[in-house]
Amino acid sequence: MELKNIFKFNGGVHPNENKSLSSSLPIARLPIPKTLVLPLRQHVGHVAKLKVKVGDQVLKGQIIAEADGNISAAIHAPTSGTILKISEEIIPHPSGLPDFCVTIESDLKDKWIEKKPIAWKKLDSAALIEAISSSGIVGLGGAVFPSHMKLKVNQNQSIETLVINAAECEPFITCDDMFMRETADEIIQGTLIAQTILQAKQCVIGIEDNKIEAYQALKKAAQKTSIEIKIVPTLYPSGDAKRLIYLLMGIEVPKEKRSVDLGIQVFNVATVAAIYRYLELGEPSISRIVTITGNVQNPQNYEALFGTPLSELIEAAGGKLNKTQKFIMGGPMMGFDLPSINVPVTKAMNCVIESSPELFPSPKPVMPCIRCARCADACPVNLQPQELYWFSKSSQLEKAKDYNLFDCIECGCCTYVCPSNIPLVQFYRYAKSEIIAQDKAKEAANTARERNESRLARIEREKKERAEKHAQKALGAQEKNSDDEKKLTIAAAMERVKQTQQENIKN
Amino acid sequence: MITALLVMIFLAVVLGLVLGYSAIKFKVDGDPMVARIDAILPQTQCGQCGYPGCKPYATAIAKGEADINQCPPGGDAGAKALAELMGMEFKPLNQEHGEQKPRAVALIDESTCIGCTLCIQACPVDAILGAAKQMHTIIASECTGCELCLPPCPVDCITMEPVLENSQSWKWKYPVYNIQNVSKA
Repeated sequence: MELKNIFKFNGGVHPNENKSLSSSLPIARLPIPKTLVLPLRQHVGHVAKLKVKVGDQVLKGQIIAEADGNISAAIHAPTSGTILKISEEIIPHPSGLPDFCVTIESDLKDKWIEKKPIAWKKLDSAALIEAISSSGIVGLGGAVFPSHMKLKVNQNQSIETLVINAAECEPFITCDDMFMRETADEIIQGTLIAQTILQAKQCVIGIEDNKIEAYQALKKAAQKTSIEIKIVPTLYPSGDAKRLIYLLMGIEVPKEKRSVDLGIQVFNVATVAAIYRYLELGEPSISRIVTITGNVQNPQNYEALFGTPLSELIEAAGGKLNKTQKFIMGGPMMGFDLPSINVPVTKAMNCVIESSPELFPSPKPVMPCIRCARCADACPVNLQPQELYWFSKSSQLEKAKDYNLFDCIECGCCTYVCPSNIPLVQFYRYAKSEIIAQDKAKEAANTARERNESRLARIEREKKERAEKHAQKALGAQEKNSDDEKKLTIAAAMERVKQTQQENIKN
Repeated sequence: MITALLVMIFLAVVLGLVLGYSAIKFKVDGDPMVARIDAILPQTQCGQCGYPGCKPYATAIAKGEADINQCPPGGDAGAKALAELMGMEFKPLNQEHGEQKPRAVALIDESTCIGCTLCIQACPVDAILGAAKQMHTIIASECTGCELCLPPCPVDCITMEPVLENSQSWKWKYPVYNIQNVSKA
């Protein structure tokens, strides 16, 4: 393996990989769980529109909630059974707050709805995108953005390059790695489909050099295709879409632009495989690979149906060990602590780490910032983390925004290298969500102002109209009087005419 | 001497014309200060400040008739922002006008509502839907929580429900951590 034509980005860190923990065993499957809990919001965008009611029988793969608008994704029944309840349940979210979920009691028959493969070769792009919009497929790398939206290309844009993200740079996570080793064919098929839909001229797969087996599997599967597979050095966060584009092509996506504006679209390996499964086999998005690792008996990857209680996955991996303190969803760099293990597997759940004091020692006491700027050296987005920290800490949100706070990808490199152990990313997250909340409040205030102004204008208008009506009525009464006069004159004239006529007859 | 006078007169005439022209050309309608103050006010339109809405209060502040700390929904933060804009000293919220409460929206108990339309007439942002002898309801997304619909209701069927945090409106909290005691270390 040699690294050629690779463009190194600034910064980045190389934490202990810990990937071999969970990559020694093949992907396992679980028995069908008794109950499955499906949050209606598992993706970016509008919450899915419910299509079932309590007591309904559903088959595996049946739509239980459809996409509401463009930026939304459908949700399908992962197995056959009955809708038990529709209620608020705890979801895997850092807030620990509940959200609306559909609970299915499985009948353990796992009976499929009639699968309808789509003859994608015969359909045009628009029809294909329409079909994929009800597949429930979202970005499985963790961003959970509805995939059909990413396949849509504006008329004035054309996609030159399709990039397939196989980097999986975060420590501990091996779900993509194991998936590539076992299902490289489906990934390559899916990649070709995506390339056809996007009409992309070329296609590159970017993979880190610590996944040799996966690389070889992909290489074998892609032998007869024009897909290029490029190896990138193992350096966190090379799996960030914009970093990967830079690594592979040397193109920096400018601020406030998206990669599609430059003719580049990026998909995760599991996402393209899901597109393949939907079009070729007629199977919607109902499961994903989840890595269970850290302080467990048997760290391993599982193919889990969405809605499977996480506790069952952990049980299957040998249960939690004595020293387990908490459970982290995602990787150690960007993940968050789960509120409970009674949460369901969702489309975003790529990895769950059982944390123990040995794996993650409790953070050392925080010292003041000494402005050593190591964070600036480590920042892969070329920001000034020490300045952002200063402004976020003192809640100078406007200033933080001026220093491009919203370009921060929250990768955690700055926190990792900070010699004073300052939880920098937490400050950025705080500042970001504060700014977003303020903007929302401002928007609501503007609407209220508009509504108040239009109400006042309406009241004013109605008052005027009423006054006009009154004036007209008064005028009308006068006119009536004059009408009577006219009638009188007419009657008088008629009288005169009659008289003259009679006189004429007499004469 | 005469040249100097002529030059000065010439300049005075030219500059006077320029100023006069620009006064007409770039005339700003209304008081821009009112708009800037109004932008800070929370637009609840509750009237707790003693004025019939946010804009009248903003006008009063701009004229110097009202103090900057009379808006309970804006709270201390609002008063601070106004103080900064006006170049005044910050004053904490004047409790006479009310306390700052957590955000809430009105809820009509539809089984009790008699359809009298009094609340509809009171709502400053047209957030109540209904007609005479028809049950009314609140458009929650437009309700500013001003509580103006509460007093006119003859059957007291309107309550204020606090807006609870959900996973969408949830915010990351300000980080709290221990600092090392350097003298011990």
